[in-house]
Order: sequence, then C-alpha cells, then structure tokens
Amino acid sequence: MTTASESQSRPGDQGINVAKVTANDVNVYYGDKHALKGVNLAIQANEVTALIGPSGCGKSTFLRCINRMNDLIEGARVTGTITLDRQNIYDRDLDVVQLRARVGMVFQKPNPFPKSIYDNVAYGPRLHGLAHSAADLEEVVITSLERAGLYAEVKDRLDEPGTGLSGGQQQRLCIARAIAVSPEVILMDEPCSALDPIATAKVEELIDELRENFTIVIVTHSMQQAARVSQRTAFFHLGELIEVGNTEQIFTNPQHKLTQGYITGRFG
Amino acid sequence: MTGEHTVRSYDEELSHLNNMIARMGGLAEAQLDGALQALAKRDSDLAGKVIASDSKVDEIEQEVHAFTVRLLALRQPVAHDLRMIVGALKVSGDLERIADYAANVAKRALVLNQVPPVKPTAGVPRLGRLVQEIVKDVLDAYVEQDKEKAVKVWKQDEEVDDMYTGLFRELITYMMEDPRNITACIHLMFIAKNIERIGDHATNIAETIHFLVQGTPIREVRPKGDSILPDPSHIGKDE
Repeated sequence: MTTASESQSRPGDQGINVAKVTANDVNVYYGDKHALKGVNLAIQANEVTALIGPSGCGKSTFLRCINRMNDLIEGARVTGTITLDRQNIYDRDLDVVQLRARVGMVFQKPNPFPKSIYDNVAYGPRLHGLAHSAADLEEVVITSLERAGLYAEVKDRLDEPGTGLSGGQQQRLCIARAIAVSPEVILMDEPCSALDPIATAKVEELIDELRENFTIVIVTHSMQQAARVSQRTAFFHLGELIEVGNTEQIFTNPQHKLTQGYITGRFG
Repeated sequence: MTGEHTVRSYDEELSHLNNMIARMGGLAEAQLDGALQALAKRDSDLAGKVIASDSKVDEIEQEVHAFTVRLLALRQPVAHDLRMIVGALKVSGDLERIADYAANVAKRALVLNQVPPVKPTAGVPRLGRLVQEIVKDVLDAYVEQDKEKAVKVWKQDEEVDDMYTGLFRELITYMMEDPRNITACIHLMFIAKNIERIGDHATNIAETIHFLVQGTPIREVRPKGDSILPDPSHIGKDE
C-alpha cells in the first residue's frame, strides 16, 4: 500500500522524493531563549542530510526535535509541526516511545550500556518485543552488528562488555544498537567528533551504506565530513535555517553570504 | 571577496596566488607585444629575446601548479575559494599557451626576416593589435574579478575569427598571384593562426573568470564568426 503510493509519487527519480520528515515553521524556546526560529525543512528518504553551522546555531536543537528529545529538557517548548510520513510527531496521542523506535539516535560520545556487546544490541528489540524467540533475537543482533560493520571484529567476544571496545568500535556498536530496532530515520549528533580518522572513515562508509535502508540526519562540525557523507546540506545560523541545498552546490556555489562565510572560514 | 579569513595566512596565500597570475599575465602580454613588434619592424634581435624569455613564463606556470596543489591539499578550499584556486590553475595554463604562441610568432618572424617582405603584412599587425587588446582586457577582468568585462571579451572573439578568415583569403590570393610569395605567405598564415589561437585562450580565460566570480558557466550563445572551414553538414553530400 505504502509502496504503491510511493512509487506513484516518485517515478524513479530521487530528486522528487516524497519527504520523509517535514518541518513546518518550527520554533524552539528554552525558557526565554528563542533557540530555533521558524525552520522549514524537508528531509528526503534514503538521503543523508547534514546540518552545519557554528556552535549555538540551533542545529542540534533541530535534530532533537525530530525524535522529541527536547521534551526531556526542562523549560523547552516547541511550536510548529514536524511530520514523519505525513503524521505530526507532536500530536498529543502519539506514543513517544514508539516514535523513538522509528527515529533512532547516535550521540557524539559513544555511550554503550555497561552490558555485554550482545545485550547492548539486544536491548532495544527486547524492550519493544521485536523478537519472538532467542533464535530470532540472535539473528537480529548478528544482522545489526553486520550492518554496522562490527560483527567480524567482535563475533568471538559477544559476551564481553561493550565498554571494553575501542572508541570507534563503541560508536559502531551504538549504531548497531540504533538499527537493531529497525528505525526509519537515524539521527546522528556529531558521531565522529571523538574518533580518530580511520574510525571516522569507517563510520562514514557505514553511513553511506545505511542510506540505502534508512533516512539519516547528521549534525557535524566538520565541513569536510558534511561534504563527504551527505547529499543535502542545511546551514543554520543564530537559530535560523539560512540555506539548504544539494551538498555539491553548497560547497561549490553557496547562494547566501553567511553560508559562504561560514564554509570558507571567514566568520567574524 | 566576502571579508577576510579567520586564518590570515590563508588570505596571504590566496593573494600570493593572484599575484603570480598577474605577473604571469603581464609577462605573456609583454611576450606577445615583443613578438608583434619584432614582426612589424623586422627586428631579429627582439625576436630572439622573446624566444629566450618563454622559459620565464613556463617557470611561473610550474610555480602556480605547485602552489595550487599545496593549497588544495592543505586548505581544502570550498565555494569561492575553491573556484578561485581552480580558476588560477586553468588561467595559468591558458597564459602559458599564449606565451608559447607568442614565441612561435617570434620564431617565424626570424625566418620572415630572411626573405623579402610581402605586401599584406599590414593585416597581420591589425589582427595582432586586436588580440593584444583582448588579452589586456581579459587580464584586467581577472584582476578586477569583473564578470561583465569578461563576457565582453568573450563576445569579441567573433571579430578575431572574422579578421582571421579575411586574412586567410587575402594570403591565398597573394600566393596565387605570385608563387614566389608562397614561403613568406605560409609563414604569415601560421603567424595569423597563432594569433587567432591566442584570442581563443583569452576567451577561455574569460569563461574561467565568469565561473570563478559567479559559480556558473557563461550561458549565452556565442556569436560564431565566419569560418574558413566548410560547413560540416554539407560534407559528404552528393551534389
């Protein structure tokens, strides 16, 4: 049903995809502080969208709106609508736990649970009752680790603690944990800022592979990373969305002076 | 363009790159001027100097190449900076060719000085002056980052093509009139061709300037001048 209606609206052309996530006039206030100002942004399915901008520009705030992480911050208020597959995620009767299963998140610092590698990945599927038997669960864990490009490295020590892995492996473990519940969208908040270049390259390669099955939104301070991994780039400044476009266009011919200033390192 | 980089040495490097291009442009201009004068005044000494100086332009081109590679590797430029650096690389290639053609003109001027002068040499200097003007304008447009000026130069290429075609026909007539003119006329023909090619490289530079300022190629359709070549659509058709 969904596939039929989707294939009708996109005749094989990526450019006119139906947006997976749409933000409409989104404002966020932290107490008196107006942190995000009237943001309109459409995030396309099976694309990597990079959010860039200087510290405090609202990019992480926006990212956290997409799975209602801002609900957890005291004094935070969100107005406007964000739809996931045309359903407003700020609807009163929407189950936030279900939403977060559909919209997973990977954080800046790898934060595995103080549990075994296996249990880290099995946690979500258990919580959401996604596996019906031990064999089912094992399959989910192994596939998730494989998709996260980690299985070969950890297959002989699945019962060792996740915290014993290297930083890069921990981050891929967190990605495996995020994809174990088969989300549709994955949010990544500076997923590589604590990693060395080789671990970063592995995560970037992984992001590129995951794009086939997931919609990814990534916040990054590394412009090079945004250029390498994303198809679309959105530039935020002082709480406003200044410019959004194809990554190639943003990095070769940005239309807005602020974007140009930021990406070329001319910010006063 | 938009203000200065937070990292000042980056700005210094970009302006160093632009200075190199300006210096190279000035040198290429002087080479062309010297070659045309050597031709007009039958001055073999000057021609020799032009030929010897070509290596200077080549040296700067090498410098520009090394420097742009360094900037690309160390600064990872984007947006206008990136277009600027790639633009400088392309312009340096065009300038090197321009200077090369000027040296070729000088070489043929040396040969022409060994044979008695032929009448039509006035047409060649005229073509030379036009192309010199175009080269000067395009270099100004580069230094001033002026895309309107660049487009103006770009359109002028039609005039060069027309003048070249006229010269081509004129030289054929002279050769038919008196076969003793053939040696000199053939050399003049190649000289005219070299000058016309210099005009083409100036046009390339104009296109690069437009791209580096605006981020898009020139979209207008260029008026194409009269050609000495037959229309390809008529070739191979039986009459």
